[in-house]
Amino acid sequence: MKFLVCISNVPDTTTKITFTPDNKEFNKAGVQFVINPWDEYALTRAIELKEAQGGGTVTVLNVGEADTEPNIRKALAIGADDAIRVNAHPKDAFFVAQQIASIAKDGGYDVILMGKESIDYNGFQVHGMVGELLNIPTVAPAMKLDMSGNTATLEREIEGGKEIVEVNTPFVASCQQPMCEPRIPNMRGIMTARTKPLKVVEPTADAARTEVSSYALPPAKQGVKLIPAENAGELIKLLRNEAKVI
Amino acid sequence: MSVLVVVECDGGEVKKSSLEVASYGSQVAQMLGTTATAVAVGEATEANLAKLGEQGITKVLHDAEPRLKDFVNGAYTKLIAAAAQKEDAKVIVLANSNIGASVGSRLSVRLQASIATNVVELPKTDGGSFTVKRGAFSGKAFADVKLDGDRKIIAVKKNSIEALHEAGKTAQVEAFSAQLTDADFADAPKQVVMQDQAGGILLPEADKVVSGGRGMKGPENWNLIEDLAKALGAATACSKPVSDVDWRPHHEHVGQTGITVSPNLYIACGISGAIQHLAGVNSSKVIVVINKDPEAPFFKAADYGIVGDVFDVLPKLTQAVKELN
Ligand SMILES: Cc1cc2nc3c(=O)[nH]c(=O)nc-3n(C[C@H](O)[C@H](O)[C@H](O)COP(=O)(O)OP(=O)(O)OC[C@H]3O[C@@H](n4cnc5c(N)ncnc54)[C@H](O)[C@@H]3O)c2cc1C
Repeated sequence: MKFLVCISNVPDTTTKITFTPDNKEFNKAGVQFVINPWDEYALTRAIELKEAQGGGTVTVLNVGEADTEPNIRKALAIGADDAIRVNAHPKDAFFVAQQIASIAKDGGYDVILMGKESIDYNGFQVHGMVGELLNIPTVAPAMKLDMSGNTATLEREIEGGKEIVEVNTPFVASCQQPMCEPRIPNMRGIMTARTKPLKVVEPTADAARTEVSSYALPPAKQGVKLIPAENAGELIKLLRNEAKVI
Repeated sequence: MSVLVVVECDGGEVKKSSLEVASYGSQVAQMLGTTATAVAVGEATEANLAKLGEQGITKVLHDAEPRLKDFVNGAYTKLIAAAAQKEDAKVIVLANSNIGASVGSRLSVRLQASIATNVVELPKTDGGSFTVKRGAFSGKAFADVKLDGDRKIIAVKKNSIEALHEAGKTAQVEAFSAQLTDADFADAPKQVVMQDQAGGILLPEADKVVSGGRGMKGPENWNLIEDLAKALGAATACSKPVSDVDWRPHHEHVGQTGITVSPNLYIACGISGAIQHLAGVNSSKVIVVINKDPEAPFFKAADYGIVGDVFDVLPKLTQAVKELN
């Protein structure tokens, strides 16, 4: 079975977010980039399923410029077999979805996995767009994924519960916890990753439909009002009379 | 030309987040000089749909197909696309929920529309452009996004828009059929399992949340969290390490890698306030932190705080709420 795992390259979760002086772009200076944490669930689960099936391939795909390659190599070190980088700045979700759909179609992948959303743009859109472009089912967000032959059983989170869904390959799923315990690279993985194939392709010339005109930070908090522990009940009065939230 | 809003219903009732979506849609319609029509998904009653008039909706399309009760991506997408064609919808508004994002992303391709999710404010439409403000970087920033083309889809973040309530106004409920076939239900769930939530309040929809961290020491102490939640009518939540060790179920885990909540009140008990936890809660209107360590980073993000032991403070708070009621 051929798995395609889409990963994005995002600022580390501890990053203090700042922007360029014109507020048009995220300020990358001094920021460490990681594999999007949600994508790690997709990657590890694909590797586990491949191992359980005793064959098949896991290909990682990233739409990004050359500076994403260290994290693509990291995905290879975790256990993917090969990688494709679409050499382009990921302009918006639709732009990225078109690249993924085009590669998925040409490569004849059976299972297309990705994280629920990227922690920088938080779009939560690419899964559905890829599914629609390929006219195949999408399951989002998936908390569990098992395969038996060409049939997948998934748990999809809905507000307040979950649905058990069955779909046949090919399909798209966007993954989240508690799907698996994301793996970290070991020494052997890091050594072999260096020689695994990483193919760079140019984007299919398609436009984006949205554009970020500016970024802003949330207004700073006023500062905390402390209530002595002995008078804890006072807090409840403040929440009713001052904050008016209860 | 019109604005189409997608309202999610559950057990006959329109979800709170969908009342916000309807209010958003009717205000956009007003800006564009047109009217807002709703299309209902899930289990709805006509009486409750008619009440969407209070949120400024003029008409509601209702497909009585019983299999629409549960979320089915294929069928929902087709239904909403058909409603959008019928109403010549230029703007489609849905909730930024798991359902809204699943359907909205597919619709954007099918209808060749531009889309923004996680939207927190009404659009700005000066000079012919259409710009919305959305949350980005896991609650650490906002982005103004320009939507191109003549069709737009907007998924509105929960609790960021005040729902309108114009008492007495009703919407006209109209039977509608999207001619759904068995093929549209191919991804219908085999089973739906609803969680057993404390006090029946679902975390993603909750107005108030009481949340516990590692400082609660163990699952046997969660009655303190639950008692306060019950007294307040709040949902319960937890930090990631708490669900990782199974003190609490995964669906209660909030934060960067859990769910994002934006209630009016978030009470954090024995949670340090790591940046990944804050990412999931920092758009809450009022944050209360109870922590015995005055240096806990959470106090920097809080509106009210008590430096103290949760085992001492929580029962006092619960008692005070009971006295107030
Ligand atoms: C990639 C990544 C993603 C992550 N995603 C998330 C996420 O989504 N959500 C999340 O929550 N975390 C997440 N984390 C983990 C996060 O970094 C913190 O480790 C976690 O939030 C800490 O949980 P905590 O506050 O419950 O525990 P701790 O950090 O151990 O804090 C416990 C707090 O309780 C206080 N305390 C102890 N005893 C008492 C008492 N008797 N009375 C009052 N206070 C007391 C202590 O002073 C302390 O501040 C993520 C981490 C990474 C690396």
